[in-house]
Amino acid sequence: MKTLKRQWQYHAMLIPGVILVFIFSYIPLYGLIIAFQEYNPGTGFASPWVGLDNFTYLFSQPAFVKTIWNTLYIACFKLIGGVVVPVIVALLLNELVSEKIKRIFQTLVYIPNFLSWVIMAGVLMEILSRNGAVNQVLGMIGIEPISFLGDSGVFPWTMIVTDIWKGFGFGTVVYLAALSGIDPGLYESAMMDGAKRWKQTIYITIPLLMPTIILMFVLSLGNVLSAGFDQIFNLYSPIVYETGDVIDTYVYRLGIQQAQYSVGTAVGLFKSVVSCILVGLSYFLADKVAGYRVF
Amino acid sequence: MNLYKSKGRKIFNIVNIILLIIISMTCVLPFIHLLAVSFSSATAVSAGKVGFLPIDFNVASYEFALTGGRFIHSMLISFERVILGVGINLVLMILTAYPLSKTKKQVAGRNIYMVFFMITMLVSGGMIPTYLVVTSLGLKDTIWALVLPGALPVYNMIVLMNFMRELPEEMEEAAAIDGASPIQILVRVLLPVLKPALATVGLFCIVAHWNDWFSGLIYMDNINNYPLQTYLQTLLQNFSRMIQQGRNGDMAAMMAHLNERTGRAAQLFLGTIPVMVIYPFLQKYFTKGLVLGSVKG
Repeated sequence: MKTLKRQWQYHAMLIPGVILVFIFSYIPLYGLIIAFQEYNPGTGFASPWVGLDNFTYLFSQPAFVKTIWNTLYIACFKLIGGVVVPVIVALLLNELVSEKIKRIFQTLVYIPNFLSWVIMAGVLMEILSRNGAVNQVLGMIGIEPISFLGDSGVFPWTMIVTDIWKGFGFGTVVYLAALSGIDPGLYESAMMDGAKRWKQTIYITIPLLMPTIILMFVLSLGNVLSAGFDQIFNLYSPIVYETGDVIDTYVYRLGIQQAQYSVGTAVGLFKSVVSCILVGLSYFLADKVAGYRVF
Repeated sequence: MNLYKSKGRKIFNIVNIILLIIISMTCVLPFIHLLAVSFSSATAVSAGKVGFLPIDFNVASYEFALTGGRFIHSMLISFERVILGVGINLVLMILTAYPLSKTKKQVAGRNIYMVFFMITMLVSGGMIPTYLVVTSLGLKDTIWALVLPGALPVYNMIVLMNFMRELPEEMEEAAAIDGASPIQILVRVLLPVLKPALATVGLFCIVAHWNDWFSGLIYMDNINNYPLQTYLQTLLQNFSRMIQQGRNGDMAAMMAHLNERTGRAAQLFLGTIPVMVIYPFLQKYFTKGLVLGSVKG
């Protein structure tokens, strides 16, 4: 009797969370069916079925096919840089003897991570404009001003570099935490065998860091097809659509601005399915190739 | 230990420090430049004279931001949103995490609930179906559109659940023997010892609510309902128009926008202050939360 009463209270506590998650996560999940319908605001999620029409329409649009390539191009370089840069910075920081100096650097590189892309975009527009600070510095060493945000050839690289710049502090902190967990005895015995610092890094530090690197890589792989909506949306303009328009910004313009809900949802669904496959594949590879289970 | 005193090592240390200084400066100098621009005169900024120190120091941009209506108005909306949103986040996270921190034996169906919540971390309906649900509930142009869709942050809830699991079971058992109900145990016994954990997840929620600009953009039709980050986002749009005008050779229009730079810099800088204030706390708790969150749920 007493346990029954206790049980009742536990379930009551869960009810508000279950209801809200049901409304705002599960109903939208069910709403994905409108990708196969001709959405009509009057009938909502019970609109007439059109099969795969929305998908055939999408893939017949050169602009959409272009966004897939743009997305992959930008996202792949972000993914690689987003893993390599923090590992290098963490290794450099780890070589510092003073804990205090280490902490100061860590604090500084971590700041951009907590600011929104709106703020960061404002800062970047300020320093990357034609007469902005970066072009002035480049001018001093005799480089012609570069239109970082207005030249469709440069724009993807501006996105890649600034995204890595904003995010590397987070990875650095994670890798430093992993580095501090390495048994110092391993280095001592390597030193006895005459291994120099460089060799220690190659043969001890990096292999021991591998599980964390793989974990971070797999976690970010799920976002490959996102390519950073917040960043690109705030920094792009029609003149760089050719190289800078990615799937998510396309969905926004099509779905929300032009109210083509069904086509927009079809893009969203396509993206989610590919992401799921990528994440599944990377879990599988991490397990088989590196022998590392993420979950 | 000779290794640390060798000549090569010394050179490495110096190069390393220089490299790290350059890297960390790239993260700080842009903000110092922004600050300098915000305190400079518009003419000095357009002439490109401002580096890391203000030229023709003045606080006109700040006066404009703090007395002109929209900045303050949207900031107040953001504060309201953070208080309401984080309040709801915390209540829901506590109520959900506590039963889930029990075993399947103690709470029937615990694992089913867990799967129910975990699924939402892996798949989502995406932008448009969520937008349609929020719209059909009539939440558009109300503050609820900003706080209800993410009312239960599942990842942070799992972090909190892991904190709860680490507490010694004897604490609860003693209270249970005295006849305390689960809710009494949660409120009187657990919450007082969970303060650091609540601070951790609470801080994440504050940053998430403060930084979110997108929900404001899609759910608010009336610009008077924009939270601060969404309002700041509209300032950026003017700027991208400026890039285009510059390309089309419309220099007069471009110069007119250029004078907005100091004003925008001031508002962007003011927008970062709340995050900067809680940054030291964030840093303290962040790694801890990360480690606990990765413990399997």
